[in-house]
Amino acid sequence: MRFTLNGSSVNVAAHPMKRLLDVLREECGLTGTKEGCGEGECGACTVLVDDVLVVSCLVPFAQVEGAAVTTIEGLGGNHALQHHFMNEAGAQCGICTPGMIMVASTLPPDASLEEVRVALAGNLCRCTGYEAIYRAIQKAKGRDVILSDATDLHLPDA
Amino acid sequence: MRTAISPLSIATPRTLHDALAMLRDEPLVPIAGATDVYVGLNFGTLTAQRFIDITRLDELRGIAVQDDTLVIGAGTPYTTIMHSPIVQKRLPMLVQAASQIGGVQIQNRGTLGGNIANGSPAGDSLPVLAVADAVLVLRSAARERRVSFTNFYTGYRASVLRPDELIVAVEIPRVEGAQWFRKVGTRAAQAISKLVMAAVRAPSPRIALGSVAATTIRLSKTEAALAAGASIDDAVNVLEAEIAPIDDIRSSADYRRQVASNLLRRFWADSTPP
Repeated sequence: MRFTLNGSSVNVAAHPMKRLLDVLREECGLTGTKEGCGEGECGACTVLVDDVLVVSCLVPFAQVEGAAVTTIEGLGGNHALQHHFMNEAGAQCGICTPGMIMVASTLPPDASLEEVRVALAGNLCRCTGYEAIYRAIQKAKGRDVILSDATDLHLPDA
Repeated sequence: MRTAISPLSIATPRTLHDALAMLRDEPLVPIAGATDVYVGLNFGTLTAQRFIDITRLDELRGIAVQDDTLVIGAGTPYTTIMHSPIVQKRLPMLVQAASQIGGVQIQNRGTLGGNIANGSPAGDSLPVLAVADAVLVLRSAARERRVSFTNFYTGYRASVLRPDELIVAVEIPRVEGAQWFRKVGTRAAQAISKLVMAAVRAPSPRIALGSVAATTIRLSKTEAALAAGASIDDAVNVLEAEIAPIDDIRSSADYRRQVASNLLRRFWADSTPP
């Protein structure tokens, strides 16, 4: 089945119900995309399909025929987000990091902290407490951030 | 992946016509955003092995107003719904519901038709469709029919949808009155509802609740009491007799009963009388 992977046209033979996540890791050798929960809750396996953020653990391979898939490898290893995640300790165990960075890569340069938090609502991190992640993203976008400005996202009381 | 995929198959029609012909000839489970498919396969709750991909069917996508009725294609993802100026203007409670489903990745993939077909009593968009008096357009190779949303479900995850039919669109008449929506979960994102309510403040108020019965329900007795001028205390008593919440992994029946009452009071206090 033909699709575009990180800018190159590829032809991959795999079961059409295989999860995109498994195709990327096992057939294409791109192990940067991690499996976290495997049920669409944690965002670790986030990739772009036709510039749309998806969790690759929930996408049947059949649905990416002809599409353009971008994974963490597609950012090239020298992306500002990657540097700032390292410098700010935005990565600890590292499982959530590729997904976080893929989401962050779609944010506009002027995204507010609130917009960053909402965008990352579907990405769970159990190590950092998120603040280092927000800092890394804001710095990569050329902004300094004062985290005490963060507002709570809790639902109002019922 | 805990499920073996080798016994699975997926058909990939390119037109609605072809898809309906395939469904006429054999039972296939439609896959749109697939946000619950692998979850069900891995949990063992989805035992089907033959699927049909309906994401290539352009006929299922789109948002339009026809004869003062809002028409949303069943395959339209939540993100598209959230960003649609037409929906923002006519059905803001659906925008609220869509924006509280999962996270961005799920909103990009999950579809309105999928939420309906999946039929979870906790489905976040379903109370909105119930109070909006939505009508579902169901199509098979042989014919098209319309079923009101409130008549669609027949029991827990059971509906009048036949195996050869697809939900193709949702028709929503103009909603008169102030719209209100509230989801109660363990956290703001990625949470399955403990309780979800949509309501419309109008001379005849409309109220629907999810996660308090086997299906999303309209609280017709509570609505009638409020329309007749009952006090909110009396209306809460009617509500408590009208719902049948259960204990499950997400909540207890007692909690749900209390929160349902709180939500009714909150809706009544927040909304302006007509």
